[in-house]
Amino acid sequence: MPSKNQGAQPHFVAALEDTPLVAIDHLDETAKARSTWADAWDAMRRRPAFWISSGLILLIVAVALIPGWFSSVSPTQCQLSDSNGVPQSGHPLGFTFQGCDVYARIIFGTSASVTVGMLAASIVTLFGLIVGALAGYYGGFLDAVVSRIGDIFFAVPTVLGAIVLLSVLPDRTPVVIALVISIFAWPQVARIMRGAVLTARNSDYVVASVALGVSKFKILVRHVVPNAIAPVIVIATVSLGTFIVAEATLSFLGIGLGPGTMSWGRDIGEAQTSIRTSPQVLLYPSIALSLTVLAFLMLGDVLRDALDPQARARR
Amino acid sequence: MTQLVTETVNKTPPAGSEPLLEVRDLEVGFRTQRGIVPAVRGVSLTLYPGQTLAIVGESGSGKTTTAQAIIKLLAGTGQVTGGQILFEGRDLTILNATDMQAVRGREIGYVPQDPMSNLNPVWNIGFQVSEAIKANSGLRGKPVRARTIEVLQEAGLADAADRLKQYPHQFSGGMRQRVLIGIGLSARPKLLIADEPTSALDVTVQRQILDHLATLTRDYGTSVLFITHDLGLAAERAEQLVVMYKGKIVESGPSQEILANPQHPYTQRLVAAAPSLASRRIQAKKNEDGPATEIFSAGGTDTALIQRATDRELAASGKDLISVEGITKMYRIRKSGLRFDELLAVNDVSFGVKKGTTTAIVGESGSGKSTVAKLILQLEGLTSGRIEFEGRDVAGLKGRELLNFRRRVQPVFQDPYGSLDPQYNVGNTIAEPLLAHKVGTKRERQKRVLQLLDQVSLPASTQFRYPSELSGGQRQRIAIARALALKPDVLVLDEAVSALDVLVQGQILNLLTELQTDLGLTYLFITHDLAVVRLVADNVCVMQKGRIVEASSTDDVFDNPREVYTQELLAAIPGANFEFGR
Repeated sequence: MPSKNQGAQPHFVAALEDTPLVAIDHLDETAKARSTWADAWDAMRRRPAFWISSGLILLIVAVALIPGWFSSVSPTQCQLSDSNGVPQSGHPLGFTFQGCDVYARIIFGTSASVTVGMLAASIVTLFGLIVGALAGYYGGFLDAVVSRIGDIFFAVPTVLGAIVLLSVLPDRTPVVIALVISIFAWPQVARIMRGAVLTARNSDYVVASVALGVSKFKILVRHVVPNAIAPVIVIATVSLGTFIVAEATLSFLGIGLGPGTMSWGRDIGEAQTSIRTSPQVLLYPSIALSLTVLAFLMLGDVLRDALDPQARARR
Repeated sequence: MTQLVTETVNKTPPAGSEPLLEVRDLEVGFRTQRGIVPAVRGVSLTLYPGQTLAIVGESGSGKTTTAQAIIKLLAGTGQVTGGQILFEGRDLTILNATDMQAVRGREIGYVPQDPMSNLNPVWNIGFQVSEAIKANSGLRGKPVRARTIEVLQEAGLADAADRLKQYPHQFSGGMRQRVLIGIGLSARPKLLIADEPTSALDVTVQRQILDHLATLTRDYGTSVLFITHDLGLAAERAEQLVVMYKGKIVESGPSQEILANPQHPYTQRLVAAAPSLASRRIQAKKNEDGPATEIFSAGGTDTALIQRATDRELAASGKDLISVEGITKMYRIRKSGLRFDELLAVNDVSFGVKKGTTTAIVGESGSGKSTVAKLILQLEGLTSGRIEFEGRDVAGLKGRELLNFRRRVQPVFQDPYGSLDPQYNVGNTIAEPLLAHKVGTKRERQKRVLQLLDQVSLPASTQFRYPSELSGGQRQRIAIARALALKPDVLVLDEAVSALDVLVQGQILNLLTELQTDLGLTYLFITHDLAVVRLVADNVCVMQKGRIVEASSTDDVFDNPREVYTQELLAAIPGANFEFGR
């Protein structure tokens, strides 16, 4: 096209057929409408990690709800003659120091762990979300007060705070444990929500809604929260796993769930006595715990990738 | 300016010289989950030493991708899938990373698009420039500092020596762009690629920088490859022009020849839509046989058209719908500790807007024009002064009355990507004001949404879409539809078309003009772009540093500007006096 021997280049015009003109700002009417949530779902659906983790979580929840379906052996009918016994027919994972079936104890211990985790995560998310949203949105004095209170609780390590508090509480049911964990864990969610709300609050669509005459609270509910909630969902999923660990830690230390309740943490704690002679007694509840936590962390990861708009843009 | 134009045009390379850069059948694609999506399809261009070439096209046309392919800085998953890039006879596409490093900076300089994000905020300016110098020359120690100062001074920062220790946030946009140009030219490259080097800057700063670039390239014989969306800039600053559309070149050759006499239908479209000072106000002229509106008719003899203009003049003789008297807005900016700095964003501004007319407020960044819009919209409180709407003071309106005011004065914002909630589909977005003011039943609101979509020329199916699926122009239509939902009297358009491609911008301006005629709307049009003002405004207020320096009818301001500042603004528009072939 351009002649090589001369500086002045000829006027070149491409044939119209090469690039047929499209109407200016053409809208493809055949494409399917996609909301951000539908987009996120599409992105998650393609990840094997999503199916593995959610499958695992469903299984764990099912075990927690109806443990009887998964084990016909009673976890509380123990015979000392079986103490630290090796696996045998009907008892695939062997026996604990007290002579109880390890498999049955894991199955029946699921409920307590999962209850504490889910309950604590729900409380923390709900409370942190509301508090963080209000603080970030209204700002000023409310924000200052809420943020400082949050900082106070944030400064205390969850497990340490829980130990102190639980040592004075007489009744240590799963609900109590979940509440105690929540007291020290909500500031994290509140902080994240506050930050996300601060970003969303300053966006143009919020200013546009103000100018349209939408009330301030309605803007918070309709525009700000939906646009700020994604990181909270991710952190809620991830923290569910860490709350289960927190419960196990507390129970392991003997300060978690009361003696009447079965849980993985308690079993791990009790297995300490026989760790040299029969380490498998410690191993199996630990595996159950790790798998559960891993499942929630994995799901959190997938959610983060799917909900993070920047990650979406990169795809 | 005319002088400058002729100067660049007559500058032809010495006969028989070899091309500096030759791109042959370049193909660039981006890898996605659905395979490779082509972005540049068979682009060929030639650039001789000392020449300036401009690539123009709308966003997504592949112009930036072409430039990035030349210096092998393709973003993300981009890759050259075919063709050659010959730089002094060497094919850059087959060069390895180390050899390419030697070419970048030393042989080919690059000035990136956004001066705000392309300097590292944690390093001072001196460090960032000397880094480039060290990388591209053997210099070490003292001479580096001397050269750094020299480079910055050449780029137009006279007090460079004192500014080396300063950080990017202490520099204005124009100064940062000078730093980037300095870095780009620091190693005296043979070719400088400048990707929209001035599009984020005010016109007067843009002019200074382009003049400066022209001097530098003339002194050192550097070839320049401009990437721009501004046809005026291309006409004024480049002797060669390449027009890209959908990844292909549709027209190329001497720029003034193309722009004066465009051949390809796409180029013709572009040129027709390019606003310039020679344009006249758009008049909505409806044909009897269809709703088609003629674009930018240059003040015709059509009787209907004259009638419309007369109508507007008649309306203009009435009372002011909005009257602004001596408004002032002071911001208190917190400094260290309890000390505050006072910033007078708007200083004693007065003007009136008549019903059914368009008043434009023009000014550069920081002139206070957007603050005026916010004050009128009651989004910010006045420090002093008075704003009247239909003769009533609107300051301090509360509750019901404020709601009624909001119903009648609606805004449309600049950023079409930010002003729509990404979680809301279009139908809900447009229905929101109706819901907020409890207008009609669900069925009636639904009907109104469809009617509004039709008014902004979007198909009914758009109501189920989400903003992320729409283009900038389409989003701006949605924003306009939402603003119109409550049948307001006034639209405050704050840079409403500034972020759009020129063709889309033209469409939106037409739409606005049609709507004004059909619905008797009054517009307050806030913009930095004088050429656009000429197309839509009846009256203009020119703002500078919080004050109105000149206010008059559009023709008056453009034909005989009285204030020096207005004259400067007009003179700084690139290609302002170029006769585009329409």
